Parts: sequence; structure tokens; C-alpha cells
Amino acid sequence: MNERKEIEIGLSVLAENTEERGRRIQVEKGVMALNNQYAAANRQRLEAARVKTLNLLSSPGSGKTTLLSRTLQELAPHLQMAVIVGDLATDNDAQRLRVGGATAVQIQTGSLCHLEAAMVARALDALNLEALELLFIENVGNLVCPAAYDLGESAKVVLFSTTEGEDKPLKYPRVFKEADLVLLTKSDLAEVLGFDRRRALENLRLVAPQARVLEVSARSGAGMPDWYHYLFALLGRVMPQNAHGV
Amino acid sequence: MHELGLVKSILEIAEAYARREGARAIREIGLRVGALSGVEKEALEFAFEAAKQGTLAQQARLAVQWVPLVAYCEACAKEFEVASPFGIALCPGCHQPTATLEQGLELEVDYLEVE
Repeated sequence: MNERKEIEIGLSVLAENTEERGRRIQVEKGVMALNNQYAAANRQRLEAARVKTLNLLSSPGSGKTTLLSRTLQELAPHLQMAVIVGDLATDNDAQRLRVGGATAVQIQTGSLCHLEAAMVARALDALNLEALELLFIENVGNLVCPAAYDLGESAKVVLFSTTEGEDKPLKYPRVFKEADLVLLTKSDLAEVLGFDRRRALENLRLVAPQARVLEVSARSGAGMPDWYHYLFALLGRVMPQNAHGV
Repeated sequence: MHELGLVKSILEIAEAYARREGARAIREIGLRVGALSGVEKEALEFAFEAAKQGTLAQQARLAVQWVPLVAYCEACAKEFEVASPFGIALCPGCHQPTATLEQGLELEVDYLEVE
């Protein structure tokens, strides 16, 4: 009996010892690695077709679709453009954008809060890239998750509307740090909202010193020529005199 | 964030490495998570508990190593840790904001402990 107990104790000590000696495997692998592979493939494909791609990020309701709608209409005579639109549900945005005759591919993400590079890869299959110059990707309205996903874009554009408050860049630093360009949208409402423009610009300078900042109103048209200048410069083209819209 | 999606990727990576090494079970998954990675600790742990069922990591725990945000000032040629919760990277030398981040965005599976 005693002997048996001793054996049992001995076994449990042995088991404990092996438990402590769990084998360690070095991994050092990025969790985003798979997405980044798709993004790199997208980038290569878009560059080969000489298409510049903008990934548009913002909160819901900050004016991505309105900005794109006006841009597509005003630049249609000068540029070959298309849009990939991500939303959790509905194809309302794609329909809105198609009104002016533009090509818009809707991605319905279901419950997913951001676009991933693999989804964009599938959407690219639905486009004739050889005939395109400029592609907009309207990401899901969300300032957190989309910031971490490279889609293969040429540049990231973050929209920040005057209705959102001057401290948006402080609350969501990651997405602003990723931005190549920040568009301060709904600039026509700034005054009526008592929006402190100087404080907003100072917050942007502190959080995202790398980003260019343009103030636009897709409704009044104010600042839209600056945005168009940016787009033509990205394409390495001179903006035609009559492309000012307004 | 979208922690459930991230946890699924983490488990895929962990299981692939564990299988390759012929492990029977994963005991611990070591992660390196940047301060500005956008990942929220509680959401990550909650998602992990749900997603690990039925995987090799069923009994595993997460060991998260938080990586602070470190920026680099080109003008001063100096690296510094960013203390601001708003991610404002002001160089302690010249007091100018910098956009160059050295670390703090990472999200990676560092190691596994297996049996």
C-alpha cells in the first residue's frame, strides 16, 4: 500500500516536472502577415496597370460618399475612375455613386468592421484595371479597425468632419498617423457649429505631422480644387484648367 | 477593434507552428502587442477564451507583452518613448512632433510553449 502511494507520488512529481519543462517554439510571426501578402499582391497588380489607389477612412457620416460623388461627377471628363465601396450591409453607397455613371463595386462585409486586402483582391477582378487611372476604396466607416489593414493602396486619406469635434485626432491617433492626407470635410458648417478650426489643425499637427491637410466642402465646393490638385499630382499629371468644378 | 478575427489568425499561426513541431497541445501563446496596435486587452482575452475551444490551444493561456510606443526625431537623431495616451510624439529635445515610429504598432505571435 505504502509502496504504491510512493509510486503515485513519484509519478505526480514526474508529471509536474515535465509540465514545467514545456517546450518553447520561437514564432515571431506578424498576425497581419496574411493580409499583408494580399496587400502586396494588390499593390503589384495596381502598379502594373498604372492605377493609383486611395484608401478612404473615416467615421460613419463624415462625408466619404458625398465627397466621392462630387469628385466622380466633376472629374469624369478628365479621368478614368472607379470606386470600391465597403459597408456592413446594403449597396446604397454604390448605387449613390453610380448615379453619375461611375463604376462602383460594393463589398458587403457582413459583420466585419473593416475591409481586408483579400476582399479588395476579389473586387479588383470585377474591374477593368487597364482602362482605369484612379481607384477609390471607400472603407467601412470606422476609425479603429481599418487603420491596421493595408489594402495595397497608393495613399491613405482620412476624412475628419467639422461635425465630429476638434479632438478626433487625439482619440484615434493610429488612423491619423497612417494618413498621407487628411481632409477636413464639411468646412461650410464650421462656423455654425462653432468648430475651433485652429485647435483641430493643431491637434492634427501634433498627432500626424506627416499628413497634408486640406479643408473641403463637397456641398459648397469650397476647397475641392485643392483636392483635385492633389489627385492629379498623385497621377503625375497637370490639372486641366477646366477641372476646377465649382 | 476586431479581436475575434485577430484571435482566429493568432490561433491559425499557433496551430500551424505547433503541428509542425509535432506538439500535442499548446500551453501558452506569447504575443507582442504594440501600444498603438489598436488591440484592447479585455476584448482580446474574451475572444481568445471563446475561439480556443476545440483547438490545440484549448488549455492555453495568453501571455501578452505590451510594447511601448517609441518614436524617432530626425532633427535630433534621437529615439524616445512616447508617454502621451494620445500618441503625440513630441521630441523631448526640440519639442517638435515626429511621425517616425520605431515600435508600438506590432501585433505578433512571439513564441509558443507546447507539450
